[in-house]
Amino acid sequence: MALKGAEIMKRLPKTNCKECGYATCFAFAMKLATGGAKLEDCPYLAPEVKVELEAAMAPPIKRVTIGVGETALVIGEEEVMFRHEKTFFHEPGIAILISDKENDSDIEKKIKDIKELHFERIGKELKINLLALSFESGDKTKFETLVKKAYETTDFALILICNNIDVLLSAAALCADRKPLVYPITKENIDLAIPKLKELRTPAGVKGESIEEIVSLTSTLKEAGVEEIVLDPGSKNLKEGIRDQTFIRRAALKKGFRPLGYPTITFPCFMYQDKFKEALAAAAFITKYAGIIVISQVDKHFLFPLLVQRFNIYTDPRRPMTVEEKVYEISKPNEYSPILISTNYALDFFIVSGAIEEANIPAYLCIKDTGGIGVMAAWTSGKFNGEAIADFFKKYGIENKVKHRKLIIPGVAKKLKDELEEELPDWEIIFGPLEGSDIPKFLSEGWKE
Amino acid sequence: MKYEAPLEKYPVNIREAVLGKGEKAIKIGGENTFPFHFFEGSLPDPPGLALEVLDIQPENWSHWVLEPFQDVVSDPVSWAKKCVDVFGAEILCLRLLSTDPMGKDASPKQAAVIAKKVADAIDVPLIVWGTGTEEKDSRVLTEVARLCSGKNLLLGPALKGNYEEIAQIALEHGHAIVAQASMDVNLTKELNIALCKFFPPEKIVLDTTSSALGYGLEYTFSIIENVKQIGLINRDNMMQMPILADFGGECWRSKEAKESKEQGILWEAITGITFLLAGANLLILRHPDTLKLIKEMISEKK
Ligand code: SF4
Repeated sequence: MALKGAEIMKRLPKTNCKECGYATCFAFAMKLATGGAKLEDCPYLAPEVKVELEAAMAPPIKRVTIGVGETALVIGEEEVMFRHEKTFFHEPGIAILISDKENDSDIEKKIKDIKELHFERIGKELKINLLALSFESGDKTKFETLVKKAYETTDFALILICNNIDVLLSAAALCADRKPLVYPITKENIDLAIPKLKELRTPAGVKGESIEEIVSLTSTLKEAGVEEIVLDPGSKNLKEGIRDQTFIRRAALKKGFRPLGYPTITFPCFMYQDKFKEALAAAAFITKYAGIIVISQVDKHFLFPLLVQRFNIYTDPRRPMTVEEKVYEISKPNEYSPILISTNYALDFFIVSGAIEEANIPAYLCIKDTGGIGVMAAWTSGKFNGEAIADFFKKYGIENKVKHRKLIIPGVAKKLKDELEEELPDWEIIFGPLEGSDIPKFLSEGWKE
Repeated sequence: MKYEAPLEKYPVNIREAVLGKGEKAIKIGGENTFPFHFFEGSLPDPPGLALEVLDIQPENWSHWVLEPFQDVVSDPVSWAKKCVDVFGAEILCLRLLSTDPMGKDASPKQAAVIAKKVADAIDVPLIVWGTGTEEKDSRVLTEVARLCSGKNLLLGPALKGNYEEIAQIALEHGHAIVAQASMDVNLTKELNIALCKFFPPEKIVLDTTSSALGYGLEYTFSIIENVKQIGLINRDNMMQMPILADFGGECWRSKEAKESKEQGILWEAITGITFLLAGANLLILRHPDTLKLIKEMISEKK
């Protein structure tokens, strides 16, 4: 729970000595509250006050990093229960389960397949984040071979899953510099695990049979100085999962309950045999609060919908959603293909580009940057008027892309047509349909080369 | 620190709407908590899951979704029966696409006759859906309401420009309606207030419109979640009607759904589970496999 300026003020020296760079202790307190200043800037804070304030000002859900470098996964620091209240910040990591029981060539193939997966949406890469390596063979050497293979041949962040604490910790030592998530830390093995976790400085995946059980585990870890923790309350299906995820996030955000102020991990891969159900459970945990979701599927037709869903749910609702300004070439158009123009408001873009694809007619879709506002508002503000579009035409050399001179504009932009006829005298300006759903018909019936 | 489960109770209930008549009538809504929150409240009625039936042959449907209906697409009555008898649909949604003024422009009378035949052939609740064209829909749904008098259909969409006519005729002939306001919490509320001046609120289902995964899902998800939150937490009784999410068609139009059957089913089912988590009480689906999957998923034992 973020601390208010007035609360912080009570704990400051109140001498207004200005050494922090602010005119008064009060000004400093206000700045601290909004994250604009650091506690270290006041040299007169008693150490115990500093510790106390630091704890109180820490985000209610701790930030945890698994992995290193560019492929590291950062989770936690979420601030709301509902995305419309602000936004969700850190996309949950998608992990793919690999068991050491699978034979070498299967493992090899799986890793290769995972490496080759590539997904994109509106110019953004959608990524699988982690490999979850699971000890099921009962053979320590096999597990270590798997860990080494993942460590040496990929740069994915890693999760080590192993119910034998000795095997788990020795595997962790093999890849400690990659900061793997070490899982499960339970009430049975926690005492053995703590010294090694501290030595290796790897994040700990805590598992309990219930939320109560993980509360005592995280408290113990925290006291021992293990800071980066991920929680598994042991949910067995979708309903239990939603209950546990809701409780954990609520306790952290609304009650300021620190022992649950960590991101979570969920295992649809162990909840459902049926892969469709597994995917639906994963989708539910993307929506409801998981920090990591472990799934068993490598099939791109299972992964892609989930990655798109994650991308959707974690889009910041405070920002108008926009796409990049450019001339989108849909289905390889040629110099006789139609040219359409619209704004960079993402929903408009989706509707129009989807409709063109549905019509199965190659086309150029010109997307003009209007700051993410729709056609009429953009026209009113001059971002989508005749002049602006004429400039766009010049900038992107549209005249050279096609042999014809027909431009299709949004059907709602009644006055735009006159303006464009003036600005682009060589062009015939044609109204598109009013409804996006009529575009396929419009194109397939109306477009004669 | 001692942990206590952070339960939340909301002292209100979402209204319960009844669809259809007789033994197979379905109740939706009635909950006093958020979706799947069995641990802190009551959700007496599982979400309603409807399958679509068109009154004309579908155009441009992907192979994957046409396949299950291949033998019945030319006859809405057989189509409807197959949905119920073979695919276990507990609710149907008949779309009167034939009435589209930009398309076949069939007369209200013709469409109503089809609606009546379908309604007579099945015993499960029927949603009858126009084309979203205000003037035409009010004439079409008026005919449907008359001809199917007393069947407690769910008629929609009632929009800002035609809700008076549709609600009036629904009231006279004992039907429920879907009030639709696109993607705007305030417009939704305004429409409900206007409707509730003369129409019983328990016969209204809300539609804030829904978009598919990858095509604006996040906007419509958050609107539904927000409406449900305003109803439950702020206790706004104009926002306590059950909510409809109608997205099967949108999903199957996408190139992603057309790419493979598995991806198509998941495109629709993931969109569906996302809307259920937002608080939708009634889903309109297109593929029978999606229906089966979602049904199994939500009816699993605790
Ligand atoms: S340095 Fe510390 S004591 Fe001095 S003004 Fe700043 S906050 Fe106050």
